[in-house]
Amino acid sequence: MSAAHSGNNNYYLPNPSAWPVITSAGLFALALGFILQMNDIKAGPWIMLVGAAIIIYMMIRWFGQVIAESEGGTYNAQVDRSFRWGMAWFIFSEVMFFAAFFGALFYVRQFSVVWLGDTDLLWPGFDAGWPTAGPKGPAPIAADTVPGLNQFSPMGAWGIPAINTLILLTSGATVTWAHWGLLKDNRAQLITGLFMTVALGIAFLAFQAYEYIHAYSELGLTLKTGVYGATFFMLTGFHGLHVTMGTIMLIVILGRSIVGHFRPDHHFGFEAVAWYWHFVDVVWLFLFIFVYWF
Amino acid sequence: MATAHHADHPTGLSRWLFTTNHKDIGTLYLVFAFTMAVIGGLMSLVIRAELWQPGLQLVDPHFFNQMTTVHALVMIFGFAMPGFVGLANWQIPMMIGAPDMALPRMNNWSFWILPFAATLLILGLFMPGGGPSAGWTLYPPLSAQGGIGTDFTLLSIHLLGMSSILGSINIIATILNMRAPGMTLMKMPMFVWTWLITAFLLIAAMPVLAGAVTMLITDRHFGTSFFDAAGGGDPVLWQHVFWFFGHPEVYILVLPAFGVFSQIIPTFARKQLFGYDSMVYATASIAFLSFIVWAHHMYTVGMPMAGELFFMYATMLIAVPTGVKVFNWISTMWRGSMTFETPMLWAIGGVFTFTIGGLSGLMLAITPVDFQYHDTYFVVAHFHYVIFGASVFGLFAAVYYWMPKWTGHMYNETLGKWHFWLTMLGFTLTFFPQHFLGLAGMPRRIPDYALQFTEFNQWSTVGAFMTIAAQFIFFYLAIKCMKGGERATDKVWEAADGLEWTLSSPPPYHSFTVAPKFK
Repeated sequence: MSAAHSGNNNYYLPNPSAWPVITSAGLFALALGFILQMNDIKAGPWIMLVGAAIIIYMMIRWFGQVIAESEGGTYNAQVDRSFRWGMAWFIFSEVMFFAAFFGALFYVRQFSVVWLGDTDLLWPGFDAGWPTAGPKGPAPIAADTVPGLNQFSPMGAWGIPAINTLILLTSGATVTWAHWGLLKDNRAQLITGLFMTVALGIAFLAFQAYEYIHAYSELGLTLKTGVYGATFFMLTGFHGLHVTMGTIMLIVILGRSIVGHFRPDHHFGFEAVAWYWHFVDVVWLFLFIFVYWF
Repeated sequence: MATAHHADHPTGLSRWLFTTNHKDIGTLYLVFAFTMAVIGGLMSLVIRAELWQPGLQLVDPHFFNQMTTVHALVMIFGFAMPGFVGLANWQIPMMIGAPDMALPRMNNWSFWILPFAATLLILGLFMPGGGPSAGWTLYPPLSAQGGIGTDFTLLSIHLLGMSSILGSINIIATILNMRAPGMTLMKMPMFVWTWLITAFLLIAAMPVLAGAVTMLITDRHFGTSFFDAAGGGDPVLWQHVFWFFGHPEVYILVLPAFGVFSQIIPTFARKQLFGYDSMVYATASIAFLSFIVWAHHMYTVGMPMAGELFFMYATMLIAVPTGVKVFNWISTMWRGSMTFETPMLWAIGGVFTFTIGGLSGLMLAITPVDFQYHDTYFVVAHFHYVIFGASVFGLFAAVYYWMPKWTGHMYNETLGKWHFWLTMLGFTLTFFPQHFLGLAGMPRRIPDYALQFTEFNQWSTVGAFMTIAAQFIFFYLAIKCMKGGERATDKVWEAADGLEWTLSSPPPYHSFTVAPKFK
């Protein structure tokens, strides 16, 4: 089979694979279902479900195949470098995705909200400030207080968000400690470190879920609360989605560590997840500073 | 080794569905691109037919707007970008001495997202309320108001963006990791260099478009206020985020064509490329500048004076590295022993039309002047001179240049020359008069116009039909060349230089199973 290409000096060239085109079909179903769902067409959620099922099934099978190839020794050092470049540039693309939303936040705060307050022609009586839900939105009050009618309370920085900052920073340390364990071939340290990291990731997500419920039920702060609500929930929401994916990735490599995968000199899968986790960590620091704190 | 392996590979449809081979995937990309070009071309004919005379005759204005919108999206995301990715797939492994792309399964995936994304894009046109009609730039509030057709477009853009990002990651990994020993970065062929920089631009710009499109979707359906002043947002925010993607995008479309020109002109001038190093640095400078000039698309939107000035000067700076490139191409030809085979005609024609497009771009860069030109046919003429005149000419130049290598057969040179000259004539007839229309004040994206614009518009329409008609020559020629014809030698062109010409024509299944020695 593929052994013909996988001698020690040859670059591994995989055989034809059905997974990519299956994945594309899954993405198509997911996108189509999402469009229908947004437009209140009943079939929407079902088509989305089909798409999601295809994608999850693909991930298990396709990634499973890659893991088997890796553990089977088909990848040489050059293949390993290709994976590293691939993951690094993928993370860079994610950075640029978040940059779009941070750019929107900065633009709104520095320019458009200020300009809205500068003129009394369009919106008489609107005072520019941050946070704001705009001239037609509810009025902001002090952080973490109970809003009255047509008011909202922005999210303060020093409650749950500060705890979550500590959690994520600690998880960055534990995943590095796990990596040290792997490099020393200390399986117990690797597994313990990863286990702690997964636990911290789940704790972060639980706190964030609580924070969202708190915002919706007590602070009058929702996705629809003007541009503050929009930037707050889109930035923290996409970050939370990335933490969720990162946690799933961590669970996968925890499982792989338990069954004995990875060697001190051959563990790209571990490093890719660790890089991803650090990236999610750094994005959070920017969120904490610019969304919650200032 | 590679031949023994052929038995494992499926044939028929599953060969194309499941392939991990860079040549098969390159072919898929090219076939897809030219199919989309036919669709987009037909839409342009609807536009030009409606503009044959003043008044409304063929289509209603709403459908006309859908045509201008979807024509642009199809041509940019469906034709030009996949076309160049197809070239990258075919050529980069052969030019750097690699067996294949770095990540072959992902390569297949980046292609097979495209047909699904294109399906969404085209399906949108058939939805109740029609397709998107806000222009390809999708400015809110207009784009916030469209029906379900607009949602099809937005999700299609998400998928197209994913495909581009994955393809670019693969191209970068291939170039950085798969070069033959001895091929240092500053010895790479210019086409490889331009694609390395283009791939970087794509990875930096496409996610920003994804962010913008996501904000538009949530504004449309989930109650956010990014682009709504009542909630503290600003429709101009869309323009900023969109053009932060949009300006690098125009260089994404044109840089690979620059690479193609830099391969072809030395071959047919029988001289080395003049100023290789400066070519590399100029490309990198253009890429850097492309990220700090976006608001020159928005001079009339009401920006502060400081912004108008910064973006004007930054934009005019681009003329410097661009001028270096044009100077180098001309210097390469200077006192060369030139012949004018079809690829050379397309390359010289491309440099010529691109220079006109670049100069009209310089005019548009000047803020007070742009106040006059903004959203007129002058802009339409300008960007067609660049996207058609440089990108598409570059694509054709590359296809003619490498087709004998790919198929093993020479194409019909007479037909190729006819294709070039008819396209050049049709193109000029279509777009040159549009400069005057724009200067005289004819707005773009309007199905009707004042009486005095009639004559120029009729030239334009005749030119458009002529251009499309000329493409049938190309399709006939290409299919004929695939099926047979005079055998091509390995080197194909007398003065061709580069690793791809050391392989047989057509090349073996895995281009270089053993890395070649380079210089």
